[in-house]
Amino acid sequence: MNGAKALIESLERQKVDVIFGILGGALLPIYDALCDNTKIRHILSRHEQGAAHAAEGYARASGRAGVCMATSGPGATNLVTGIANAYMDSSPIIALTGQVPSKGVNTSYMIGRDAFQEADIIGITTPITKQNYQVRNASEIPKIVNTAFYIATTGRPGPVLIDLPKNVQAETADMEFTNKIDARGYNVITDPDLAQISRAVELLTKAEEPIILAGGGVITSNASDELMQISDLLMAPVATTFMGKGAFPEVHPMSIGSIGMHGNPAANRLISEADVLLAVGTRFSDRATANTDTFCPNAKKIHIDVDAAEIGKNIDVDVPIVGDAKKSLRILHATLLKNLQKKKGTAWTKRVKETKEKLSPLIKDMPKDLVPKTLLSELRKLLPEDAIVTTEVGQNQMWAALYFQALKPRTFISSGGLGTMGFGFPAALGAKVACPNRAVVDIAGDGSFRMTEQELASSVEEKIPVTVIVLNNSVLGMVAQWQRALYNKRYMAVNLGKSPDFVKLAEAYGARGFRVGSVAEFQKAVKAALKSEVTTVIDVPIGSEEDVVPFVPPGCGLPQQRGDY
Amino acid sequence: MENGKARVVSAIVENKPGVLHSVSNLFRRRNFNIESITVGATEDRELSRITITVTADEKTLDQVVKQLDKLVDVVGVAELDPNSIVTRELALVKINVPSAKERSDAINCVQVFRGRVVDVSPDSLMVEITGTSDKIDAFVNLMRTFGIIELARTGITALSRGARAVNIDE
Repeated sequence: MNGAKALIESLERQKVDVIFGILGGALLPIYDALCDNTKIRHILSRHEQGAAHAAEGYARASGRAGVCMATSGPGATNLVTGIANAYMDSSPIIALTGQVPSKGVNTSYMIGRDAFQEADIIGITTPITKQNYQVRNASEIPKIVNTAFYIATTGRPGPVLIDLPKNVQAETADMEFTNKIDARGYNVITDPDLAQISRAVELLTKAEEPIILAGGGVITSNASDELMQISDLLMAPVATTFMGKGAFPEVHPMSIGSIGMHGNPAANRLISEADVLLAVGTRFSDRATANTDTFCPNAKKIHIDVDAAEIGKNIDVDVPIVGDAKKSLRILHATLLKNLQKKKGTAWTKRVKETKEKLSPLIKDMPKDLVPKTLLSELRKLLPEDAIVTTEVGQNQMWAALYFQALKPRTFISSGGLGTMGFGFPAALGAKVACPNRAVVDIAGDGSFRMTEQELASSVEEKIPVTVIVLNNSVLGMVAQWQRALYNKRYMAVNLGKSPDFVKLAEAYGARGFRVGSVAEFQKAVKAALKSEVTTVIDVPIGSEEDVVPFVPPGCGLPQQRGDY
Repeated sequence: MENGKARVVSAIVENKPGVLHSVSNLFRRRNFNIESITVGATEDRELSRITITVTADEKTLDQVVKQLDKLVDVVGVAELDPNSIVTRELALVKINVPSAKERSDAINCVQVFRGRVVDVSPDSLMVEITGTSDKIDAFVNLMRTFGIIELARTGITALSRGARAVNIDE
């Protein structure tokens, strides 16, 4: 068996059902092997960045590793943004890259000689992958693929890249398909230290104003039920980070929304008042904490994370718990039950309720105009509970965070860490492939959408119908907002003008396009899009000076949020 | 980070291509300061030891160890206890000795430092010296009075005293 066939066989053994990719010269043996394959669907992306984001959308919607593939050189480097995105947001993706031959036909090496379409993708991706491999001999392929999937999907998930020189793909060898893993230095600590759990229980039992902060790790580890049990027992409000959105239903009475620079003011206020913080599966990113010196200033802090290096990295904590979120929360809950009666309403729960009523942006009456907050709260009403929403990056994303309530884990998928414009649309395609029976909607801005709009072609040709809502303000809105607020309206390089016509653009690709001028038209267009068998782009012209408010200016603490909302 | 003191971190890593790259890349990316780094064989053919001297405060050092530990190819890592450590460095120093007088003066100095003359030419000497970095600093400073033609230092390698060893994953 040759290396290419061994790769496909190994992927099948990992239950891979789809690869997002673009072929090229250095991948011809693998694509030849795919010719005879019936179990793995290949989706031809139109740019490798789209393939990587689609793989991540697939992974985050399904919880399984997403696979993308690109040829050597420019194909591989085009994956880089998507790999970096997956690394920052801890998403399990496997990136397969072709490489120039490590042995030539006349026994001369090509790697290292600046061959045609050669790039050192191992060197390039070392700081943005959990691990990467360059295959030396075809016979190593089964074990490397096993190990790559194991590393990508366990512990704190992340991207793993496998670089496959063309001669290795073509080389025949005796293959041994095993379940063996070759990663001696890779250890995941899933079981929490019980002594630390006891210390956490002691703090939480005495807490009068406890608060829970749920990060993306709660979603990764499927720990939402355990989180809710602890919140119920302690009567503790739950804030999420941006990446944790969906970990706790945002319509729950104890939900206070996301903290952060553009967080829910109720969450930003309450986290500053708490006396004990239970943070789970979060890395305390600067966008979540704002000024770390004033973050959660009065609280004793308990931090649960599967990645030991995240504990004490950005925020000093009192009780460090290294472990899987689900396991740790389950043990924490069981131990709390022995020490504590379920709390009834307290002064703190009253304060939580009052603060939400006073500060939460969704409590206020929505205007009837075509403005983002109205559109996004309307969108929630139009979508089923299990619909998956992705976002682009910028104002559209922060409006979605503030005004679109996520009800279930894995239904809100956005580029949190890297902030990659162009992420949302290909990620929506990946999510739709993973969950074909659910509605998938990309909340987009006109600037971001144009960065990966070419994937309209793959969505139409591969019959992956999603809905794109373009909040079209004809500017790069978030930076324009900063220039307006912090640079005295000295606008530079933010004006996008009125082109293209997004309806015609959609139609040019064979997709559907609508332009809406009122909330009623918006509702009608979304309903039509959800029934459509082809991708629909809904162009929603909005004002170009609309701000995302409130926001925490750089250097300030979370409660110092400004802006009338 | 600049306010910290020099600490020695010992990492046991898989002996395969690319590992040194991922370790040094980590230091650059996380903005950790490497004072010296040495790599060499261990008692196990499949493993190498990387000895890194960093200047770091407590918090940064904690991150250095944890981030190194996170690398898949790092099998074990620890800070070596500064109170219970043996560190050694080797230097080769080539100096100018144009006259017999200067040559004999230099050789006297070499003997005081327990160095060894490993090469002699009509107007130069090469000296090998081993010891702690402080001792080598002192010797190098002394040799400057003769005029140093070339100098090569290996950087620090180290082990902890007693039977204790860096824990490695099985």
